[in-house]
Amino acid sequence: MLKEISVKVNGVEHVAKVEPRTLLIHMLRDQLGLTGAHIGCVVGKCGACTVLWQGRAVKSCLVFAVQTRGTEITTIEGLAQNGGLHPIQQAFWDADAAECGYCTPGMIMAAYALLSKNPLPTESDIKQAIAGNLCRCTGYRNIVEAIKKAADRITGENTRA
Amino acid sequence: MYPAAFEYLEPASLQQAVEFLGERGEDARILAGGQSLVPLMKLRLARPKYLIDLNRVAGLDHIEVRDGSLVLGALARHADIESSPIVRRTIPLLPQALRRLGDCQVRNLGSVGGAVVEADPAGDWGPLILALNARIKCLGPRGEREIEAGDFFTFAYSTALQADELVREIVIPIPNQPVLGEYVKLERIAGDFAVASVALQADIDSDGICRDVGIGLAGAGACPLKAIEAENLLRGSRLSPELIERAGRELEARANPISDLRGSAEYKKEVLRVIFARAMEQIIARRS
Repeated sequence: MLKEISVKVNGVEHVAKVEPRTLLIHMLRDQLGLTGAHIGCVVGKCGACTVLWQGRAVKSCLVFAVQTRGTEITTIEGLAQNGGLHPIQQAFWDADAAECGYCTPGMIMAAYALLSKNPLPTESDIKQAIAGNLCRCTGYRNIVEAIKKAADRITGENTRA
Repeated sequence: MYPAAFEYLEPASLQQAVEFLGERGEDARILAGGQSLVPLMKLRLARPKYLIDLNRVAGLDHIEVRDGSLVLGALARHADIESSPIVRRTIPLLPQALRRLGDCQVRNLGSVGGAVVEADPAGDWGPLILALNARIKCLGPRGEREIEAGDFFTFAYSTALQADELVREIVIPIPNQPVLGEYVKLERIAGDFAVASVALQADIDSDGICRDVGIGLAGAGACPLKAIEAENLLRGSRLSPELIERAGRELEARANPISDLRGSAEYKKEVLRVIFARAMEQIIARRS
């Protein structure tokens, strides 16, 4: 019962053959080779699978691939431009915001979604935005700092505390 | 980990969705935001043979004012309701409350229709529609009908919907006077379901008389509960600490929570009394 669907991922059209029950995370990882989005839990709680779907941060383990036909998805692989890190990625590096790195792509996508809508978030806004992304290593402090740093750099001003 | 196999149906219209549902009844589930259904399917606690995807059906995601009511299409996403200027203007309780529902990703896809149908004893929308005296408009092969929020929840995760009916809209009466809304939710971790929560909408005049009030509770039993007795105590009376305390005790007495991993029944009863008092305090403070 395979369906053929066409979906744009990181600006590139792809055609994939999926079962109705194939989740978006599995299509991305297993068929398109985009393994940046991670699987951390079964139940949609950890956010390691976070990608942007039509510009919105979503947990790709809770979306069926068939739902995305004809739409646009952005994954972590789509952030770097011209071989250089996106400012959010650079800020994560500079702020030591990754330890094992498992939650990191999801965190960065959630941050990307936040900064697209709210370029000067408060610390409270940042914590709200990443509430759906669990990290077992860092204690979140450096992640929050990284996002503040990224916001500063992207807008070129100081973030209000 | 992987849902059991199913046939995926894409209705071209609401009418076709109703036909599909009518033909397949118990074997079919509606796919809206999927934020509750898909985890259940991945755990194989739900194994529908058919999934009817409503996400591309036109005319289901509206957020508008119609005939003195705020009307939410069943597929209106929590995030869009939260950020809607129409909602902020008419029912201020909603944007405040929806900030506490799940997390950003869940709010981006999750729908009001899906949430009310999931009928979680600890979900956020239950108390909200009860406090707001909402009406749920449903559609099935036998036509359209309206169910009052107070009659909608029948048991944990169960509603008055028949197997071949779907929710089309939620209709929330817009109060004639400016009202204040307060949602207080106790949760153990961010984005979780509530240990207990209180949704409060109140119309308090300049003399401190409570002209009207709506109170909905989560974590107060197998179903979300409307605190009717507490409402009756407050309605028409001047708000005093003693009256609020009495209303809180009434509310606590009527609650019949389930002991579970979020807390014992005794604990939840006490929580309800405390957060009700907190909600009232906050509303009164904002009035002054």
